[in-house]
Amino acid sequence: MKTKKLIDLAKTIRSKNAGTDKITFDIIFREKENYDLVKKSGVLTRRTVAELFNIPDERISDFMEFDPAYAIKFTIRRREPSGSPGDSDIFGCQQYPPLLDIEVPV
Amino acid sequence: MKKKSLRIICPNGHMGFAPTKEGSFWIAAETRPDYYCCDSGSDDIGPGPLGSDTSVSPYDWQKHDLELMLIASRRQGVPMMIGSSGDTGTNSRVDMYVDMIRQISRKHRIKPFKLVTFYSELDREDLRRRMKSGDVVAGLDERTPLTLAELDRTDRVVAMAGVHPFIKALGMGADVIIGGRSSDAAIFAAAALYEGFPESHSYYLGKVLECASFCAEPYMAKESVIGTITHEDVAVTAMHPDQRCTVASVAGHAMYERSNAYYEYFAGGTLDMTHCRYEQVDAKSTRVTGQVFIPTVGRTMVKLEGSGKVGERFIGIVGIRDPYSIQNIDRVIGWARSQVEERFAGKPYQLFYNIYGKNGVMGDLEPVREIRSHELCVIVEGVAPTKEVAEEVTLIGSRQIFYARLPEVKGTAGTAAFVIDGVLPAPAGYKWTLNHVLPVDDPMELFSLNEMVIRDGEEG
Repeated sequence: MKTKKLIDLAKTIRSKNAGTDKITFDIIFREKENYDLVKKSGVLTRRTVAELFNIPDERISDFMEFDPAYAIKFTIRRREPSGSPGDSDIFGCQQYPPLLDIEVPV
Repeated sequence: MKKKSLRIICPNGHMGFAPTKEGSFWIAAETRPDYYCCDSGSDDIGPGPLGSDTSVSPYDWQKHDLELMLIASRRQGVPMMIGSSGDTGTNSRVDMYVDMIRQISRKHRIKPFKLVTFYSELDREDLRRRMKSGDVVAGLDERTPLTLAELDRTDRVVAMAGVHPFIKALGMGADVIIGGRSSDAAIFAAAALYEGFPESHSYYLGKVLECASFCAEPYMAKESVIGTITHEDVAVTAMHPDQRCTVASVAGHAMYERSNAYYEYFAGGTLDMTHCRYEQVDAKSTRVTGQVFIPTVGRTMVKLEGSGKVGERFIGIVGIRDPYSIQNIDRVIGWARSQVEERFAGKPYQLFYNIYGKNGVMGDLEPVREIRSHELCVIVEGVAPTKEVAEEVTLIGSRQIFYARLPEVKGTAGTAAFVIDGVLPAPAGYKWTLNHVLPVDDPMELFSLNEMVIRDGEEG
């Protein structure tokens, strides 16, 4: 099956703190077609995200499709609050790169 | 007479953290906005500044940003409102900003004006009394309710102001408001509510303006935007010549930095953005309608942030180039850990390894399992109650990488490269101990206002 990488379909792929205890991920599309394509493909769901980051489902606090912005958004719980000793990403802004290579059937 | 519309400028999403860009600020100022509003805080910076009562933003950048806003707002004679002074919004940061305002007034000979400040630090003993008298300090983000033991581990607490202290200060005739910790969106919402605009649009106006040019595209930080509220809608306009507020950028911003794209919580109610409609009205502006505000029923819930010291901290930096050691990095770290444990068994300490080239950035979330790099950088972080122990923990944890005992290693004269043969003192380690809400009868009871006339700019 022919595929495209998520990086080639989305306009924005980012992660960022959502408060002190969570990191939220936004995948935003410029075109409705690409948004619908990824939404329907099933490659970006609670389950696939949990598998990709190797975390149990309980650590995903939210997963939503946000039509007004052509965006898919999910949020994971941190194991320790941001900035605690041992935290390697205080802003939570470098946790998205594994999403870039997700293969989407086209 | 009730205003038909109101225009508010936001020059910076976190005033002072990086300097406001002057070009778009003055383009915006020339359009004579009705209010100059900005938040100067964030919990993004980690718990250290709140716990140690310091700023992460450089003094000169904070003063620079205040200077722009004070000059422009006083020239026009319109209010200027600042929340979350000095990154954390503690009392000392409010006092520091007042001192900066005095210096700027003197420098530019600004005519006397009324300044109203409010503090939002919450005394730990006050909080303890409230808890003992039965108030439940409920946890946010699935945290458990605050315990007295966790309060004991907390060094400093701030309450996050909603619109109430800002509205009260405007009612007192404030020309300039310097606030303690505040909900960023509430600063803008307060101005609109004070001028009689509906809650739904006022709170949405705050929500869309709080990060300045982050609601515009292309991506550029620290550029000014202007929000316009009427009794029917909210519109937001980019001020940088190359930026635009589009349907995509404004809708996309609604979900920025928040776990849920539809709801925003304030002291006093919830903004529901589920049914927002976005329309492009001109090349640089997007209009939003359909937002709803749902007031809280019963006691007002005020968010509290608290930080407690974990310990003193040192950092070690270790480079590894030996391929056999890289392949066996977990055993190397295991050896170094065992040597620290041998020395400090039973004593309180914490030791962390971030291994760059393996999973230094993402830790357990990193899906790439095999090491693809020919060299690694290991950051060793040791935390303990005293500086002496923290230094020794970090030193053993770093230096023993050099002495790691691997059976097949060829380099028997040391398997670690050091930039310095020692460890570096780091800011003390802190932890967010409070991310909770406190119920109050009066939304003003945690915030104390103080008014003064600033005459520093008078001649003589």
